[in-house]
Amino acid sequence: MRQHESVRGSWGSSVLAILRKDWQSELRTRYAISALLMFVITTISIILFSLGSEGAPAEVLSGMLWVVIFFAAMSGLSRTFVMEEERGTAMTLQLLAPPSAVYFGKLLFNLVLIAGVNLLTVALYSLFINGFIIKTASIFIITITLGSIGFAAAATIIAAIIARASTKGTLYPVLSFPILLPLLLTVINATRLAAEGAFFEEAYGEFQILISYIVVVIATSFIVFDFVWKD
Amino acid sequence: MGARILLGVWLTIVVILGLSLPMVAQPQQWYDLPIIPGLEEKARIIFFHVPTAWLSVVAFISSMIYGIRYLRRRNPEDDIKSASAAGLGFLFCFLATVTGAIWAKFSWGTYWNWDPRQTSIFVLLLIYGAYFALRSAVEVEEKKAALSAVYAIIAAVTMPFFMFIMPRILASLHPEPILNTQGKVHMNITMLVVFLSSLAGFTGLYYWMWRLQVRMRLIELSDAQKLGEHSRG
Repeated sequence: MRQHESVRGSWGSSVLAILRKDWQSELRTRYAISALLMFVITTISIILFSLGSEGAPAEVLSGMLWVVIFFAAMSGLSRTFVMEEERGTAMTLQLLAPPSAVYFGKLLFNLVLIAGVNLLTVALYSLFINGFIIKTASIFIITITLGSIGFAAAATIIAAIIARASTKGTLYPVLSFPILLPLLLTVINATRLAAEGAFFEEAYGEFQILISYIVVVIATSFIVFDFVWKD
Repeated sequence: MGARILLGVWLTIVVILGLSLPMVAQPQQWYDLPIIPGLEEKARIIFFHVPTAWLSVVAFISSMIYGIRYLRRRNPEDDIKSASAAGLGFLFCFLATVTGAIWAKFSWGTYWNWDPRQTSIFVLLLIYGAYFALRSAVEVEEKKAALSAVYAIIAAVTMPFFMFIMPRILASLHPEPILNTQGKVHMNITMLVVFLSSLAGFTGLYYWMWRLQVRMRLIELSDAQKLGEHSRG
């Protein structure tokens, strides 16, 4: 009955059905989850080894937090589209669901993944790295939330593009970096503000940039997704 | 043919004037250029550096516009135009980066200091690089054209964010660049005429090179199609 609904149901139920399908197939193989998890653990231990017993200024540490998140995202977020191409299921999905539903389903799936990565990274980072102390928690929480949404938005459309190319793995960070750079610079700046203990009002500008970045990227992706997805 | 010779003559005159007109503190004669405080003779690079930066942006925008046209009409000619514009844009962007770095060395004392303008030209260079990496990684022509057009669009909508972000980040780290504190470059009419002529000349050069590229690729395309028909028949 549920299957039937997802095929012929409303747009919203198609989106949720795609999210559920991706989530189930991810739980079956655990490809993206294990890649993301191992990447976060590896990079944080490299940072720990290179720091040794010495600390680093909060500015450097808040930058490095997002370096970990960026490369972790690049190792796992393309999975959702690459998987469809590799298994040859892209064609079936084109028949079963409207392109916009596919896009938003995949976006939600990537959002779940990147939110998990960010929570884990922040938890490990604050447990093991001594100098990383957040003084204004409210700025930091909003930054992580908006940063996750922005990361998912840009990473999803680029993943849809590279899934069609021959050298997927190396191409993904190359294409994503210039697109994600405005977001990265803003979240690094906001994290630095949070670490320095700035007032909440001081980060308004950063939040405005983040929100408009998210809106612009999602709206553009929604418009151009048809051209990427359909053959 | 005539236009080509005219373009050559025009650019030669611009280069000679740009390099040879005297720079004096109080311009008296019609041919005197004013001295810009802090730049002096180094200001001459403005005649060559600014046109290359301008063309790298023009090429990017026109590549995006032809990309959008390709997505609407699916005509391979639009993709050829878009890719040719991007190729030339990459060349001019590289020239702008290098001439800008040389200028920075003599004006600011270092080749690279992540000044907002240097950052945005660097990102543009990265986008061009990513665009060609994408094109070379897709084999099917139609897919290559559509995907690169989409990438150009996404890059174009995220680029403007740097205008808001860069001042927030770098203001505390770097002294204001010389040109920005004055708000505007002080040019007299002679300097402005040479500058605008150079801009027009380089834009003409770009257009000529672009037309050549497009014509060459169209011939290649029709040859390939004829070859395909021949082997089928």
